[in-house]
Amino acid sequence: MKINERFYPILATIAVLVLLYGYGIIEHRAFSDTYVLGALLTDNAFLIITAVGMTFVILSGGIDLSVGSMIAFIGVLMAELVAGFGMHPVTAALISLVVGAGFGAFMGVMIAKFDIQPFIITLAGMFFLRGMCFLINLDSVPIDHPFVSAFSGFKVPLPGRGWLTASALLMLATVIGGVIIAHYTRFGRNVYAIGGDRHSAELLGIPVHSTIIRVYTLSGFFSALSGVVFAFYTASAYPLAAVGVELDAIAAVVIGGTLLTGGMGFVLGTFFGGIIMGVIQTLIAFDGSLNSWWTKIMIGALLFGFIVLQRLITRSFSGMRAGTT
Amino acid sequence: MSNTVLSVRGAGKFFPGVKALEDVDFDLERGEIHALLGENGAGKSTLIKVITGVHPRDAGKVLLEGQEIHPQHPGDAQGLGISTVYQEVNLVPTLSVAENLMLERQTRKFGLISWKKTEADAKAALETLGLDIDVNRPLGSYSVAIQQLVAIARAVALDAKMLILDEPTASLDGEEIQTLFRIMRELRDKGLGIVFVTHFLDQVYAVTDRITVLRNGRLVGTFVTKELAQIDLINHMLGRELAEVSAHRHLDEGSYDGPKRQIQIKNLGKKRVLEPVSLDLNAGEIVGLAGLLGSGRTELSELVFGTQRADSGLVFLDGEPVMLRSPRHAIRSGFGLCPEDRKQDGIVAELSVRENIVLALQGRRGWLRPIPRAEQQKFADDMIKALGIATPDSEKPVGQLSGGNQQKVILARWLVSKPILLILDEPTRGIDVGAHADIIKLIKELCDEGLALLVASSELEEIVAFADRVAVMRDREKVSELVGAEITQDKIIEAIAR
Repeated sequence: MKINERFYPILATIAVLVLLYGYGIIEHRAFSDTYVLGALLTDNAFLIITAVGMTFVILSGGIDLSVGSMIAFIGVLMAELVAGFGMHPVTAALISLVVGAGFGAFMGVMIAKFDIQPFIITLAGMFFLRGMCFLINLDSVPIDHPFVSAFSGFKVPLPGRGWLTASALLMLATVIGGVIIAHYTRFGRNVYAIGGDRHSAELLGIPVHSTIIRVYTLSGFFSALSGVVFAFYTASAYPLAAVGVELDAIAAVVIGGTLLTGGMGFVLGTFFGGIIMGVIQTLIAFDGSLNSWWTKIMIGALLFGFIVLQRLITRSFSGMRAGTT
Repeated sequence: MSNTVLSVRGAGKFFPGVKALEDVDFDLERGEIHALLGENGAGKSTLIKVITGVHPRDAGKVLLEGQEIHPQHPGDAQGLGISTVYQEVNLVPTLSVAENLMLERQTRKFGLISWKKTEADAKAALETLGLDIDVNRPLGSYSVAIQQLVAIARAVALDAKMLILDEPTASLDGEEIQTLFRIMRELRDKGLGIVFVTHFLDQVYAVTDRITVLRNGRLVGTFVTKELAQIDLINHMLGRELAEVSAHRHLDEGSYDGPKRQIQIKNLGKKRVLEPVSLDLNAGEIVGLAGLLGSGRTELSELVFGTQRADSGLVFLDGEPVMLRSPRHAIRSGFGLCPEDRKQDGIVAELSVRENIVLALQGRRGWLRPIPRAEQQKFADDMIKALGIATPDSEKPVGQLSGGNQQKVILARWLVSKPILLILDEPTRGIDVGAHADIIKLIKELCDEGLALLVASSELEEIVAFADRVAVMRDREKVSELVGAEITQDKIIEAIAR
């Protein structure tokens, strides 16, 4: 049977991951150890959680630039709530998630109701949240609490020398949740439909406005969750944290095979995309002789490749409104 | 229950300055295929938009199974049982066929979509149309014909009481059209009422039971297809009994005796767009392009101007082949086009009259050699005076002028760039009567100055009035060429109907 063309990009993603990981195993003995895998999952947890939310935004044909600032803002907010107000970190985390989802919903309303470019609205959100960080706190502050220490100390051993941390487990749960929302709910399918062709989606009777609002709410929620994980993981908050993470998240989504114009892609692909970025980083660290900026060069090259691949696939489609000649 | 699914009584729709629809009655029976015909601007699409709730109606009633309805948008109408399939497939190409069929109607188990059941439902829906395809593949990977059938399957599956097919055959080939017709007949036999909008008359006779003709927003009549001869149908559509003025412009009237530039179109064609056409255009001569909507009039203009790239044939200017890869090339060679859709493709509404007028000339010179402001001003002032453009000054945005004056601005734009060939596609559409006469007069004057003119128009009186030669188009083919005294409305209609 012919392989469904919808799967081409994610198959390419998996191929790239296998190649890179295989190269790592051949070149560096330590790469085959589960220790590396555990570290990959932990170190990229906050990025992948953000990227899961970003996947929905990009699938809907939008973009969310505010997620990096959101991570920093949530960190600073958590520190303030825990250290300043003496709250339990779990309570602070719940409040943070509500704040994140609320801010996402606010941006979603602006985008849907006033029909404004998501780029502009979320750019404003990015500046706004980054500024708000400094309003609360100018410096890096530690988040000291027994729960936070317990969180970062929590480990599930893997066969071999590796282990899964609480961050990694939360990230894996997020990915599974994202897959279910994307593929097994009407909301998820409506996101794909809107990204594929918004005008048609409207004529097909899909509630376009409320779906878009929910997409940005979801992205706000996931980036706030990422901020919580980041704060727990580093046990500190810093107003200049996670600068540029929004771009890393977008890169993870695209390398994961999601069409940048929306309508096609997989949440699982985003997971692989995030891991690929981590593997590249790890490979360069293992090599030791290469400058860490090589990570960016590799990711840039991969992005070029994936964007061209996507273009080739969608160009074969008849009836595509975007890009038809 | 009566046999009537939909009945429209005295429907009216008014846009500022235009009565798009006036006092129109329309009835659709259960189990019939009903053609809705008329030229551009006759009110077909307005009627459909009124029925489906895209436009609220300004007068009259729409009754669905005897109940008055007021749909607010197409989704509303769909909920009531009025499904519409548009020429341009309104589905999502990136989603699978199954998903397109089942969006918002997926079968759910414990709140989550059950893909197995959803796909089985989709397959079943397609099987009723005799379509057996892999429903998991993206819709966009199938041909437009299949996509159209999927759209129909979706429409039918939504418990439709009636189906509106708006120009569904425009992008299908012969075999695909036959499949569509078979499905239409099957649906009709199941008792569905189908409204079929098309401009292909042979298709009307092949598949429909009754015909309703609209003209200028008014009802001409409803006829039983079998009892209406094609020539009468064309007469109804073009309404030639209305105006029988045949002020023919004879060849000897042309006072032009400058250099004889010659443009030869040789076998110019494009697959699925236009069968190869050959036509000679000479300086100081007006060639009319007659034919019904969709006959290939506009397509020929676009191929000659390079808006669409021809895949066969060439255009020669004084015996030399002309590169027509884009409008830029055409402009460089001295061709100009006043497009059919003035608002969309013609004027730049936000720019001033002056800027619009110098646009083509500037384009021809290239952006490195800007036209001095004083020179621009002179061009604009000269043209405003010469063409009688009604504007307070040359700096008024063109978007604020009336249709007739916008058309004059476009004409002026080409005139300052001194073209060899000017193609006018429906130059008088949507223009009031006074300006109409002005434009016709201008066309004649241009011709006398030595331009070669190719004028496409659906108004036969107009073509008869000014053309030296007429190329008659039908079904994307040139079927006849009339010269001199042969040019009468009767002869043209005969050629179209033959």
